Amino acid sequence: MAVSQLVGAKIHRREDPRLITGHGHYIDDFTRQGAAHAAFVRSPFAHARIKSIDVTDASKAPGVAGVYTARDFKGQLAGTHPAAPAFVADKKYIPERFPIAEKEACYQGEIVAAVLAETKGQAADAANLIQVVYEELPAVMDLEKAMASGSPKVHEGAADNISWDMTYTGPDVSEAAFKEADVVVEERILQNRLAPVPMEPRGVLAEFETYDKKLTIWMSSQNPHFIRLFVSGAMGLKESQVRVISPDVGGGFGSKISPYPEDYLVPALSRLAERPVKWIETRTESIQNATHGRGQFYDVEVAAKKDGTLLGMRMTQFLDVGAYVGTFSAFQACACLMAGGAYKWKGISARTIGILTNRVPTDPYRGAGRPEATHLVERMVDLVARELKIDPVEIRKKNFIQPQEFPYTQNFGLVVDSGEYARALDVALKLAGYDDLRKRQADLRKQGRYLGIGLSTWIELCGFGPSAATAPATGGIALVESAQVRVTPTGSVIVYTGTHSHGQGHETTFPQIVADQLGVPYESVELRHGDTAEGTAFGYGTYGSRSLAVGGVAISKAVGKVIDKGKKLAAHMLEAAEEDVVYEHGAFHVKGSPDKSKAFGEVAFASYGMNLPEGMEQGLEAVAYFDPPNLVWPFGTHIAVVEVDAETGSAKLEKYIAVDDCGNIINPMIVDGQIHGGIVQGVAQALYEEVVYDDETGQLKTGTLLDYMLPSANEIPPLSLDHTITPSPTNDLGVKGIGEAGTIAASAAVINAVCDALSPLGIKHVDMPASPDRLWKMMKEARQ
Amino acid sequence: MKHKVTTTVNGRKHEHEVEPRLLLVHYLRDEPGLTGTHIGCDTSQCGACTIHVDGKAVKSCTMFAVQADGKSLTTIEGMAKDGELHPIQQAFWDEHGLQCGYCTPGFIMAAAYLLGQNPNPTEDEIRKGLEGNLCRCTGYVNIVKAVQTAAKTMSTSPARKATVAAGGN
Repeated sequence: MAVSQLVGAKIHRREDPRLITGHGHYIDDFTRQGAAHAAFVRSPFAHARIKSIDVTDASKAPGVAGVYTARDFKGQLAGTHPAAPAFVADKKYIPERFPIAEKEACYQGEIVAAVLAETKGQAADAANLIQVVYEELPAVMDLEKAMASGSPKVHEGAADNISWDMTYTGPDVSEAAFKEADVVVEERILQNRLAPVPMEPRGVLAEFETYDKKLTIWMSSQNPHFIRLFVSGAMGLKESQVRVISPDVGGGFGSKISPYPEDYLVPALSRLAERPVKWIETRTESIQNATHGRGQFYDVEVAAKKDGTLLGMRMTQFLDVGAYVGTFSAFQACACLMAGGAYKWKGISARTIGILTNRVPTDPYRGAGRPEATHLVERMVDLVARELKIDPVEIRKKNFIQPQEFPYTQNFGLVVDSGEYARALDVALKLAGYDDLRKRQADLRKQGRYLGIGLSTWIELCGFGPSAATAPATGGIALVESAQVRVTPTGSVIVYTGTHSHGQGHETTFPQIVADQLGVPYESVELRHGDTAEGTAFGYGTYGSRSLAVGGVAISKAVGKVIDKGKKLAAHMLEAAEEDVVYEHGAFHVKGSPDKSKAFGEVAFASYGMNLPEGMEQGLEAVAYFDPPNLVWPFGTHIAVVEVDAETGSAKLEKYIAVDDCGNIINPMIVDGQIHGGIVQGVAQALYEEVVYDDETGQLKTGTLLDYMLPSANEIPPLSLDHTITPSPTNDLGVKGIGEAGTIAASAAVINAVCDALSPLGIKHVDMPASPDRLWKMMKEARQ
Repeated sequence: MKHKVTTTVNGRKHEHEVEPRLLLVHYLRDEPGLTGTHIGCDTSQCGACTIHVDGKAVKSCTMFAVQADGKSLTTIEGMAKDGELHPIQQAFWDEHGLQCGYCTPGFIMAAAYLLGQNPNPTEDEIRKGLEGNLCRCTGYVNIVKAVQTAAKTMSTSPARKATVAAGGN
């Protein structure tokens, strides 16, 4: 790339003026003339037979335009919920899922009926008048019990509750490593179920035009093109008949990737009622129905030598799939492939088991599989260090993949592109004042106070997903990305991307790249996204920290094509040979004759005229798709300092240091913002958040933000950030992803700090969330 | 049965007939059509719907529209004047105090009230003062920074300070 002024600069976000003045356009801000409001009746039971539904009273209620049950949608919607191969191509059992339950409800919140009314209030009132008679069935909640042969079934009549059981690498792969071991450390590690809780709940506004047979859907989505694909298929429409618009979106964190029942039902209701239909999710509906993340446990064994050399690992992931298989649920199995972390191992044996329960399905939540892998390996390394009485810093440095070993083929055949793990660790130790912290810890221990220091030397894989690198796991699905660059006659540049921005600031960062590459004013470049009627034929959306490393590079490729065409035209205009024309600082000029030059704008204008080289078509625009040769592998070191109150068990995060490496940085302000938010979601998993269902009845106990604890500013200390920069060799921009890094790193750092704090009591491992009641009980028991 | 409600919103008088159960936040969004005030939780935890009622920060989902009869309300749309951003809005922009932006109007309104009460808060006072508002994107780091920056700007601009103390009107 050309020498740059914009790439790497803190540019204020273009998105912000509308958002800070209350002029953003979120889904609930849209309406259509004559729209009816939808409300859904949902199963109050985790598992029940639907015996009968009486809609008589509801149908007569004021303002009601229609009441609908499963039968009404049979002719409207076909097929079942899509389940992608993700990292488990071969699944044993994928229960059929229609967007509305007919005979059996399998989680609390599953839709059983729908009402349309003139106002939101009337729809909600009428929904309360629908009489559903249920026969409650046993709820399957415990993963281990669910696997037993005599267990009740999540779906009546099913053979068992196992969706998948896949061995990536068998016991033989780590056998030699375990034979060599001086010490073997075992642990069961829990991953608490989490609700993603974007501050904006979901919502759908659909308008089916009866006579044109065209459907427009406005919705809060991370990937509108996928929604168009799935919804058009289910409704028997061509993709060309459906337009999906995802406007300003108030956060997603993975929970707005997959299609939801309402995404089908609201458009179907519009077609049935022949009028626009709007539905906005309540917060309780969101916590109850939007896909959850994590919800797993791991049985892990690690073999090591006395000197701290790591040898082998055996791990099994037990994953709570929920009542149906989420579209990308099996993506979370990548925790197995990433279980080795930043370290070298002789052998790793890994198996994943996906188990159905009567809970809402799990699906990717920020980090998806990689926070679990980091948590697992960083915990295990600390446990080995403790067993061998080695400092956590020393054991990490001893086992890191070394800079000269990249590209490094890890235990599952994935190729780690670049890294310098010890450097990031050293920068973090210095920033934290590690030696002083250890001294302070020793002093406080003498006073009976529990201060802990936790490390997380994390790595991740992101930029999903190159077909070559992911083919073995995905069955050949390519999550490439598309871009279109259009230059108008006056030289304005409109860029269309298949990614979607819902807080990431693409409207700012992508034009930074384009303006630099073209050498044109930043103000002349505009980014468009989130509307399937604009741009390329297909976009793959935003998740998996892929937007820049895949989408940004696609844009850069499309710009390259525009420059190539510009060169041909400029050569014609300058009466020079094409190979003699170079493009620099926004102008095409003849090599060695800088005065023989045509500015970008002149060439753009000429491209729409008649004086073109023979055979050249008018216009200056290009489409590019980018299928990267590999994934990208960010890394870093996070250090958490936690004090646990000796009396109450309350864990207070005192200090947090993060040194991250995401390769080249486009906008440092936005990168730091992504890391801040990511860290706090990881801290929240470690200390505060957990979706709790009743063990017996399957009733959701954390259905509001009163019960599900999101941290406020008051729980979070200042965060200290720094960076190292190790460019990725995988793409021309040298970039890696950063959207999920903070979350991937943080829970391990915090829990390692909590365990370190409580080590004088002999406590080795603490599960999440490390809430005061959990820690108080553990401390009490340890003192007895 | 509908009730007549007269309010002054961002300096403009409004009269509407509303259902007694209509929440103030729904009133603002549906009647004057001021959609900058957002709904994030339904149980008064998230603060996305924070506005000023007679100069005090209020979560507008905790009041019925009929309770706002005769009152002066300020929403996020009333903070910028004549195309000029309020110093708190400017500071949120400058310090990257928002990502998805959904919680932002509520945070700006809560911060405006906080700075009206305490023009020179410590970091700790800012964090405590904003604990009724939730953000899922920023980790609060740059929100706190934005409020600190706004406090500095406003302390050197007395006119703006007076405006905020009076609730933005």
